[in-house]
Amino acid sequence: MSGPSGLPNTGPLGSIGLGAKRGLSESRLALLLILPSLVLIGGIVLYPILNNLVISFFDYNLTIPWARPFIGLRNYVEVLTDREFLASVGRAAYFTVVSVSLELVLGLLIALFLNVDFRGRAFLKTMIILPWAVPTVVNAIMWKWIYDANYGALNGLLMQLGMIDQYQAWLAKPFTAMNLVILADVWHQTPFVVFILLATLSTIPESLYEAARVDGAGSLQAFRKITLPFLRPAFLIVLVIRTMEAFRVFDIIYVMTAGGPANGTQVATYYTYVETFRYLNMGKGAAQSFIISALIMLVSIVYIRLLKQDDTAY
Amino acid sequence: MSKSCRWSICLAVIFLIGLSTYVNAAASKITLNFIGMDQAGMTVDEQKTVIREFEKLHPNIKVNATFVSYDALHDKLVTALAGGGRAFDVMLVDNTWLAELASAGWLLDVTDRVTPEMKRATVDQEVTWRIVTYNGRLYGMPWLMDQKYFFYNEEMLARAGYNQPPKTWEELVEMSRVMKKKGIVEYPIIWSWAQRECANCDFVALLYGFGGRLENEKGQPAFNEKGGLKALTFMVNSIREGISNPSSVVAVEEDVRHTLSSGKAAFAINWLYVYDLANDPAESQVAGKIKMSLVPVSEEVYKKGIVSATSNDSMGFAISKGSRNPDAAWELLKYFTSPEVMNRYAAHQLPIWKDSFSDPALVKEQPVTMRMFQKQFPYGHVKVHVPYYMQYSKIMQLMLQEALTGKKDPQQALDDAVRNIEIIQKKYK
Repeated sequence: MSGPSGLPNTGPLGSIGLGAKRGLSESRLALLLILPSLVLIGGIVLYPILNNLVISFFDYNLTIPWARPFIGLRNYVEVLTDREFLASVGRAAYFTVVSVSLELVLGLLIALFLNVDFRGRAFLKTMIILPWAVPTVVNAIMWKWIYDANYGALNGLLMQLGMIDQYQAWLAKPFTAMNLVILADVWHQTPFVVFILLATLSTIPESLYEAARVDGAGSLQAFRKITLPFLRPAFLIVLVIRTMEAFRVFDIIYVMTAGGPANGTQVATYYTYVETFRYLNMGKGAAQSFIISALIMLVSIVYIRLLKQDDTAY
Repeated sequence: MSKSCRWSICLAVIFLIGLSTYVNAAASKITLNFIGMDQAGMTVDEQKTVIREFEKLHPNIKVNATFVSYDALHDKLVTALAGGGRAFDVMLVDNTWLAELASAGWLLDVTDRVTPEMKRATVDQEVTWRIVTYNGRLYGMPWLMDQKYFFYNEEMLARAGYNQPPKTWEELVEMSRVMKKKGIVEYPIIWSWAQRECANCDFVALLYGFGGRLENEKGQPAFNEKGGLKALTFMVNSIREGISNPSSVVAVEEDVRHTLSSGKAAFAINWLYVYDLANDPAESQVAGKIKMSLVPVSEEVYKKGIVSATSNDSMGFAISKGSRNPDAAWELLKYFTSPEVMNRYAAHQLPIWKDSFSDPALVKEQPVTMRMFQKQFPYGHVKVHVPYYMQYSKIMQLMLQEALTGKKDPQQALDDAVRNIEIIQKKYK
């Protein structure tokens, strides 16, 4: 059998004459063509990860270059028995659970609202993207000013509403600071959830709702029996992505609170940063980063399993 | 020869000529990478002016300058130096980081470039050069010699019925109570107690002011002794009583300056640069009202004849060991620290040269700050110079925050910090 050029048919690439001359199979040729990208990815991603793994087995402190002994798993043991590390993982978990829950609820409500046709909807849809468009660092600086103890807009607003009689140092209390940082992140990330859910909502056929109305179903029933099941896959995708990102949160903490007050916002990634770039304990920092990655991977695997179950149910 | 062959040769020749021109041009111009600070001392614009002047004096040298905050500076230096040290040639280094960077072998030893005349010409030779000394070797030029000064709003003090600034912390508390009662200011004193290095600077001033010390004769941490406890208890109680602004717990030096300059504080301790800016009508609402005096001490310490105690925190310029142009880098260093340049910007940063302080024109221009520097300097206390200073610093910052937020009581916070530092000390023995 031969292709249009009269040469042996070796697939789509072969039919345009590529590879046929050298007798390369299509898969071999494909491999050759993507080899440059593979080398690049390998160099930028794979090599540092493997190097990081190797470093984690050494007592590697940059200020002690003359002594870098191999210590096996000791870094991992030290990290897993370090109370502050475990506390920082706990804080990261709290940050993740609260911020992702808020984003999903708010995102769903806003998406449902924007799914209804009303005047000015297109304008609102455009405006809703603005928080997400703001760079993370700019967002953090902006909220830091809002929460400022002496000039902050939050203090000004609450004072005018009569809800406080004195300006408060909001970021000076550990638990309050954590929740306010979460608020800043939720404001920033909710539009992402809105857009994913809105895109899914717009694919739900209107005929289903009509049929439900004909059958006498109320709007709440329609929501539970039609909307939610359709949204489930989108929910899970958003859940996986936002959980991974929230657990790795760093820049907003770095700018807003630097892990304070009293380590109240020191999440796992921030602690790893301090261990690696302030204390220069590369080995311990490498071990910490692997443990955090392992935790994120574990959570992701659970979610993906849930997604797969969902697929088979359909 | 075919037409395409001729074209190829032509193009190749043009390319090679272009390449060699570029290479020649590049070779004749040296590029230096400079990293400085954008808080305290000379402003960024002033530093950029100095750099442009240097480039004019040395047309074959181009300087790329980066300016970051103090806290970001350490991290940027470390990442650059760990990666071979070619990212920056000239760097501003804090005296507390010198041990860490020098012991890692990242700084150029400049002991042989510093002449005995240079050493003798500086203010307080011993203290000044300690900024850039590690294990007996010199690793740079001292540049930003700073300490925490005491600032007060003269008008607020007068309204409270006082015509002299407080000499002791107890006096300050009394004055503050009067000010609060009379409604002159809500929170009389603002500090920089955020979970950053600035909190440690304030603590060192108070620690020695209450008769405490950072370490004992054996080099072990000793700030949990009686003096340290008195200092930390003073800090905690002053917030509880409403004498210290509660936002001090998240404030850094610039926040302190803004609070003082907007008339929301009567007292503050901060770096020298604040004096000029707090009295500048373009930057301050209380211009002309802010004065300086010696940092107070406790009554107990005052009675012993020690009239002041403060934190001495200085920085110097160093050259990276991986620099490809150490000689050009040294020239830039010398220019930045030259008397002509330092005298010109003495409003924000005092010169390191002895002669500057007896230069009548300069003294006339900066009468207050120059005199204050000379008065306060003998009472300055330096922090510990150890390679693990970053960990030491974080432990101390956390200790202060835990006590100030009420998480731990002062004695426990102090004891836990001392214990944690001793654990690290054992690792480095």
